Amino acid sequence: MPEPILVIDNVSKVYPGRRGMFGRSAEVQALKGISIAVDRGESFGLVGESGSGKTTLTRSILHLEQPTSGRILFEGRDLATLSGAELRRLRARVQIVFQDPYASLNPRMTVQDIVTEPMVVHQDVLGLGGRQRTERAAELLSLVGLGPQHLRRYPHEFSGGQRQRICIARALASGPELLLLDEPTSALDVSVQAQVLNLLCDLQDRLGLTYFFISHDLAVVRYLCSRVALIYRGELVEEGETGRIFDAPETEYAQMLIGAMPEVSVPR
Amino acid sequence: MDAPLLAIRDLHLTMSSFDGEAHVLNGIELTVRRGEIWGLVGESGCGKSLTGLSISRLLPSPPARYLRGEIRFEGRDMLKLPISAVVALRGKKIGMIFQDPTTNLNPAYRIGEQLVDVALAAASHDPTILDCPPRAGRRERKRAARRLAAAMLDRVGIPNPEARLDNYPHEFSGGMRQRVLIAMALIGRPDLLIADEPTTALDVSVQAQILKLLKGTVADHDIGVILITHNLGVVAQTCTNVAVMYAGNIVESGPVAEVIERPAHPYTRALMAAIPTKETRRGALQGLGGTVPNLIAPPPGCRFAPRCPLTIPACTRALPPAVDIGAGHTAACIRVEEERAAVHA
Amino acid sequence: MTDLAHEPAPAAESGGSDRLRRALFRFRQSRLSVIGAVIVGIVLFFTIFGTFLAPYPDQVAGAVDTAARFQPPSAAHPFGTNELGQDVLSLVMAGTTVSVLAGFGVVLIGTVIGTLVGAVAGFAGGWTDEALMRFTDLTLTIPSLILAMAIAAALGPGFVNMVIAISLSWWPGYARLVRGEVLAAREETYVTAARAIGASPRRILFRHILPNVVSPIIVKMSLDMGFAILTVAGLGFIGIGVRPPTPEWGTLLSLSRSYMPDYWWTAMAPGMAMFLAVFGFNLLGDGLRDVLDPKARR
Repeated sequence: MPEPILVIDNVSKVYPGRRGMFGRSAEVQALKGISIAVDRGESFGLVGESGSGKTTLTRSILHLEQPTSGRILFEGRDLATLSGAELRRLRARVQIVFQDPYASLNPRMTVQDIVTEPMVVHQDVLGLGGRQRTERAAELLSLVGLGPQHLRRYPHEFSGGQRQRICIARALASGPELLLLDEPTSALDVSVQAQVLNLLCDLQDRLGLTYFFISHDLAVVRYLCSRVALIYRGELVEEGETGRIFDAPETEYAQMLIGAMPEVSVPR
Repeated sequence: MDAPLLAIRDLHLTMSSFDGEAHVLNGIELTVRRGEIWGLVGESGCGKSLTGLSISRLLPSPPARYLRGEIRFEGRDMLKLPISAVVALRGKKIGMIFQDPTTNLNPAYRIGEQLVDVALAAASHDPTILDCPPRAGRRERKRAARRLAAAMLDRVGIPNPEARLDNYPHEFSGGMRQRVLIAMALIGRPDLLIADEPTTALDVSVQAQILKLLKGTVADHDIGVILITHNLGVVAQTCTNVAVMYAGNIVESGPVAEVIERPAHPYTRALMAAIPTKETRRGALQGLGGTVPNLIAPPPGCRFAPRCPLTIPACTRALPPAVDIGAGHTAACIRVEEERAAVHA
Repeated sequence: MTDLAHEPAPAAESGGSDRLRRALFRFRQSRLSVIGAVIVGIVLFFTIFGTFLAPYPDQVAGAVDTAARFQPPSAAHPFGTNELGQDVLSLVMAGTTVSVLAGFGVVLIGTVIGTLVGAVAGFAGGWTDEALMRFTDLTLTIPSLILAMAIAAALGPGFVNMVIAISLSWWPGYARLVRGEVLAAREETYVTAARAIGASPRRILFRHILPNVVSPIIVKMSLDMGFAILTVAGLGFIGIGVRPPTPEWGTLLSLSRSYMPDYWWTAMAPGMAMFLAVFGFNLLGDGLRDVLDPKARR
């Protein structure tokens, strides 16, 4: 049994209450002892509704936030124990694609600047010169279904689906192994969503990526992921093989959620 | 069969912008009867929201300009009525619900005050709404309006409605706020309810509850509903009828069961193939190539032709008329007959 | 999948020029902003060429013509002459240079200091933010004209000292504006994305945050130009700015004050020049705001 690429070990996160004019507001427990293990090369789906803590968990994996207790291990190494330089090197290997393709690209940068930025930041690891970076950016763009002619353009000249492709190209630029996909298609139209989902499948097959797919859209998770975890109010409710969860959900919450899925079929 | 509640005939709308005048609605035909929930479905920019806003004339002009057509609501053409008469219908005969329940409630007033205001305004047109004697004083009318507000909250499934009237909007969850807005839209006893993406901002579990509420409302009050959404699943679970829109045209319409089970227009089929279902194998999802046409200089003939797998030269000659294929099911495609023949053969 | 590669991006032409055309279109929608731009254009023209185009260049340099004292406006002197017999039009034209350059200097220095302070405060947060902003508030509590007077008195009168003096009371507005904008921009998803990539704080501030807060700064600069010119003239008026014979609008106005009721034309031209410059920069600023920062209009 190979070692999992990502282990979330009993992670809790408590936001302290804010001290205001009228005393202290109650503290918020965003995550309550979550444990998940993601295997290399798989697509792991994390499903939760608003307020479930999925955003906090994502930010913790990226080390943009520190859990109150518990450990997050990448390839067996605890993120909290890494030095600054090690953490920076880790950032090259764990990347993220955000939900809103309109907000996640700097409007003042060209596509070339956006896609080459990770290579500039991780120059010491990747060791690419200026021309190599441009070549690599062109390669990445064609990998995601765009072309070198788009390098000099600005984000506002692209449609939502094309922007999400640029975001994926940026995420791939530093050669990551683990990709966090934070609702990457929920801002897109269905026909465009289908293209992006297919692109993600294709990239995973070609590059051997591991996906940590965060979504509230059960149909998309069922399509893309091999295993699923359901979280509700910071707690892990149910976890298992996708087929098993969708066919025979055990917990009441999972049954309710799957029952509420608006399927495109006529109810009998 | 009685006269329809709403009949939109050959509606053409343009919107002017920096780049020119875009032909955003291109001959919309839609008939809504009492008891029907019409799903208006399509991808962003197809004109579904503009159709909804046109009905109660909520589009500022300019940039909007109605080229021709009519929107008959209970027999009267909304495009020919003076705007004051249209305003008098809004919120009373025609209720509207929008996508974002946060921005449509005033955060500075209690829910009760906002509902009472709407009730009093509605009562100025139809005094029977308040259910109090015609010579009642201001106080009494206000009290009656409050009673009505509480009754409406109760009807949309808000527990403890009397107490909740004194809460501010921020004390409600997203789903509860959307219920308040539905209550607000129903207070004037509308005949037609236009709901523009009412559940898009909500969680799936809340969405299911709101849609159920909407269905119950239609059954209880015998009204007509237009549900604007991009989600075919929502349509399948909620609506009685559906109109699929593409680039300012209704390309296919009919009873939901007919359209979902036997989609006739290539666009509807492409849309359905793009949604992952239980049976879809990994990597087998069908995306739709190309982009939505530029509506300032739309392609000649069928607007879907540039992306359609079935295009023949005749497609680009003229806009295809809606072909009746039985059971109230129509599709605006010149190849629909031969396609169906091929399927049945 | 590759079909998308050949699909034309929504805007077919190159991004920059298209964006410029759209901005110009929006700018031209408002007649007042166009008028503002024209006035500012004229003012800037005289800033550069005023001294050379003046009909009596020797008088600009300080020559007097006592024989022609207090002549009312005529063909030879469209705005009359002053107590020294100098042509008022020439003085006002030449005065544009000093007034506008001083105003521009004030705004520029104020912007640089304010942006630096505001950006560091907003980006660093914590006690750095607290310390810098309390210092900013402290500066704001001192009336600017009095501070400028004190500084000018300490450094001695003169063009450069005057500009420095006003700038030192001018930057807090920028610091507050920039801090607010930086705080908002820091929460943008593309900034989180940059952090996830592993970009350094400096890179994030200079590549991702500052370029996106430039628009409101430019708008404020344009709106402030008018007031800066007024403040410069105000210091000139109370006699601690530029000294005669160097022509400057405030000094001109101050000198003509004693002859006001009888020889009104000596005050009229510098007053009108100031009015036009302030008016023009304000209209331009409003127009720029509509183009660059439409959400601020509400």
